Amino acid sequence: MDLSGIFSYLIFFLVITSVYGLLSLGLNIQWGYTKLFNIGIAGFFAVGAYTSAILTTPAATDRIGGFDMPFIPALLIAVLLSGFIAFLIGIPTLKLKEDYLAIATIGIAETIRLFFNNEAWVGNGVRGVSHIPRPFHQYIHFDYNVFYLLLMLFFVVCVYLAIEKALKSPWGRVLKAIGEDETVTLAMGKNVFRYKMESLVLGSMIMGLAGALYAHFIQFISPEVFVPMTGTFLVWVMLISGGSGSNKGALLGALVIWGLWSLTGLISNVVPVAYAVKVGALRVIVIAIVLEVILIVRPQGILGQKSVLQMPKNGE
Amino acid sequence: MLQLFANGIVFGSIIALGAIGLTLVYGILKFANFAHGDTMTLGAYLALLFFNLQLPLPIAVALSVILSVVIAILIDQYLYKLFRSTGPIILLISSVGVALLLRNLVLLFWGPDLTYYSRDIQISYPVLPGLRFNNTDIGTMITAAVLIVLVHLFLKKTKIGKAMRASSDNMDLAEVVGIDTQRVIIWTWTVGTALAVTGGIMLGMENGLRPTMGWELLLPLFAAAILGGIGQPYGAMVGGLVIGIAQEVSTGYISTAYKPAVAFVIMILVLLIRPQGIFGVSKRWI
Repeated sequence: MDLSGIFSYLIFFLVITSVYGLLSLGLNIQWGYTKLFNIGIAGFFAVGAYTSAILTTPAATDRIGGFDMPFIPALLIAVLLSGFIAFLIGIPTLKLKEDYLAIATIGIAETIRLFFNNEAWVGNGVRGVSHIPRPFHQYIHFDYNVFYLLLMLFFVVCVYLAIEKALKSPWGRVLKAIGEDETVTLAMGKNVFRYKMESLVLGSMIMGLAGALYAHFIQFISPEVFVPMTGTFLVWVMLISGGSGSNKGALLGALVIWGLWSLTGLISNVVPVAYAVKVGALRVIVIAIVLEVILIVRPQGILGQKSVLQMPKNGE
Repeated sequence: MLQLFANGIVFGSIIALGAIGLTLVYGILKFANFAHGDTMTLGAYLALLFFNLQLPLPIAVALSVILSVVIAILIDQYLYKLFRSTGPIILLISSVGVALLLRNLVLLFWGPDLTYYSRDIQISYPVLPGLRFNNTDIGTMITAAVLIVLVHLFLKKTKIGKAMRASSDNMDLAEVVGIDTQRVIIWTWTVGTALAVTGGIMLGMENGLRPTMGWELLLPLFAAAILGGIGQPYGAMVGGLVIGIAQEVSTGYISTAYKPAVAFVIMILVLLIRPQGIFGVSKRWI
């Protein structure tokens, strides 16, 4: 690879890192602060991506479409729809024990993926949605990917600053209190269900935003993109390794883990095709081992604070 | 319709075997074990290894069960034990890591392709008008029924079985009255894993083996455990059959691809209407 090749790979790498950064920030609101166990990230990611893709693409013969909507309103609808799905999931699960939310969210994510896989009239099934337009393409007279990286950084910085501010506000302190001890927060007269719902919806909206931005960058999405491994578990490993409860940690985790994942991906590109599956399995094994080691050695993550991850013992 | 219902009983017996272990671990160790489905996968592939060594069926199954139980106990003692004091969610996250690890080890050693225990073609024969079974179906139902009776006797009649039920009801109280909780934990993994692995092998006989077979069963397993009431082994048996029948009967009306979604919808309905499950006691779980 020559110098310009390395440069363009780096730009591509950083754009995807930013997408994961947004996912990780969204999860940090839910898990890092409020201790909401969402393992259906891929579902909200997919809803955002498909919504924006379907709304902005020109008419297609084999699926619904032809809305030709501009980027910004489509993005808004994608974000709102992701939030709405989260709201629906929150109703039956947020009053129950935390594990129920985990099981329900993985259920919704798989159902959403099955839906896009089988209902070809919506998103063209396994063949996916292609030719997703690049926003502001006609105005950009330099390397488009560089522009897109700037656009991504704009969104990451905006989301980061907004949630930093929100989480330092009284509202954010209630979320943190719920994460630390739900019963005490309830006893203090806070409407725990409402705060949890707001946390779930807000986090999922950020995940939907990440999905839409991913779709407009890659210009092609299919259900394959939203499998649990890359859609959900990588994000979890990012947040846990970076530091649950810390927004900087969420972003750092996205960079480190996406770096590790990409690096092992480069190895799988150079080995003979016959070994590709084995290397693919080894990549996941590496991530799983990283997860377990972090849980054992430094459960609060690189930048996490200890108090945020301390949990009441069984039965207390 | 009758055939779909009967298929549901076959498939439901497999789900029931998996769900009993899931619900016991949930009740006693207080965490949702996301690696349970992949334990079924591991056991099914270990059995493939022993079948290929030309070992007779009972010995191959027994060896696969024993090996899987040892692996499950080792994972518990060297990994999960470290997180017991930090709470159920860290255990859950850790079990997700174990799930990925087990599934990808299977993928690493056996590859991604659909594999079969035997190349022989299964001949199904009429049992009742409009109802056909093959030998595997009959074997699956009989094995599941025998195992469920054995689990019942184990939980009701043996001292350790009673201790397990007591611990599942209330761990602290069980400890106070002098139950050896360490032993209960080992037995929980033993029973849960043995049932899961047998279920996994039967699933392999019915549908063939894929590294994702157990992971894809996880949602129906949880749905069955929640439907029956978490920590309730009898509930898990009933829940397994209900989910299995609902999934198979649904294929008469909607695409088979939506089977996991059927389990999911039932689970959500249960959570909305009766979150403690059919056999659950209400106050403990809310």
